[in-house]
Amino acid sequence: MTPSTDLLTALILTLLVGTAVAVVRMRGLFPALMLMGIFSLLGASWMLVLDAPDVAFTEAAVGAGVSTILGLTALALTARRAKTSSRKPWPALVIVTITGAALVYGMSDAPGVGDPAAPASKYPVPSYVERTDHDIHIPNVVTAVLASYRGFDTLGETVVIFTAGIAVLALIGGVAVSVRNTGPAGGRAGDGQGGDQPDELARGVEPAA
Amino acid sequence: MSEFLGLYPYWVVIFLMMTGFYIVISRGNLIKKVIGLNIFQSSVFLLYISIGKVSGATAPITAEGFEVYGNPLPSVLILTAIVVGVATTSVALALVVRIREAYNTIEEDEIKDEIRTQGAGP
Repeated sequence: MTPSTDLLTALILTLLVGTAVAVVRMRGLFPALMLMGIFSLLGASWMLVLDAPDVAFTEAAVGAGVSTILGLTALALTARRAKTSSRKPWPALVIVTITGAALVYGMSDAPGVGDPAAPASKYPVPSYVERTDHDIHIPNVVTAVLASYRGFDTLGETVVIFTAGIAVLALIGGVAVSVRNTGPAGGRAGDGQGGDQPDELARGVEPAA
Repeated sequence: MSEFLGLYPYWVVIFLMMTGFYIVISRGNLIKKVIGLNIFQSSVFLLYISIGKVSGATAPITAEGFEVYGNPLPSVLILTAIVVGVATTSVALALVVRIREAYNTIEEDEIKDEIRTQGAGP
């Protein structure tokens, strides 16, 4: 790595740690979700530094974009704030420290970041890079592996998304209908009685307020 | 010791992973738990992508004048994992919305209390 990318890496990693710690301390769910968007964007920036532009694009679009929208939808249907939990933090901290120490021990003899002699970069990567242009006739090796060499994996991924869509519909298809039914009714009541009637939909959205 | 410090991106990623894990086991709010799972998941993505980095290489898009390319396989794995991750997150959030419908709360402690006082849920 050149000194400038080293500096950039250190900056992005510092910001990632700061964001994650802020999410832990946050009680409001809305700010926590917004910080998650920032977390994903920082992650995507680091992926770009690590020469993985395809993943960086996907993470920025899906991680920072679609996930945030899904989270906001869930917030609108549930609650805005988390209540202060009565449980003690120590058992969780002990478990997390032990798990983290085990992970550090497991990673401690890994090859360094960017080591060209690392086993992960030796086999079978060079053959993919050499053959893509001849076999698939496109320059992007990631796309070639994703859509052609490992095309069945991508088909399986599509099946997973389809299944998830069916599961979501089966779980909350009825909820969406009930929210739609209370919404206009509450709005009409508010209009008819000069606005002193509390809006049903607003009460449903913000039970804490 | 310098070898240990040279691997610092891995240690930061493991710290991020443990932050997500801590949120999952220490917070009672179900949406907060999903956020924790998301942090854990993103850290795993970052770990894989950092393993695929090759010093002095360029992105794995073949072009004239470049000899050394980064490792494309972690990118492919993580592209799939990101999309599957969003699918599972949406199912988790749908479950949370459904739980709110049934118990009128998304705090784990309150749900447990309700189950204890009323037997099985509605």
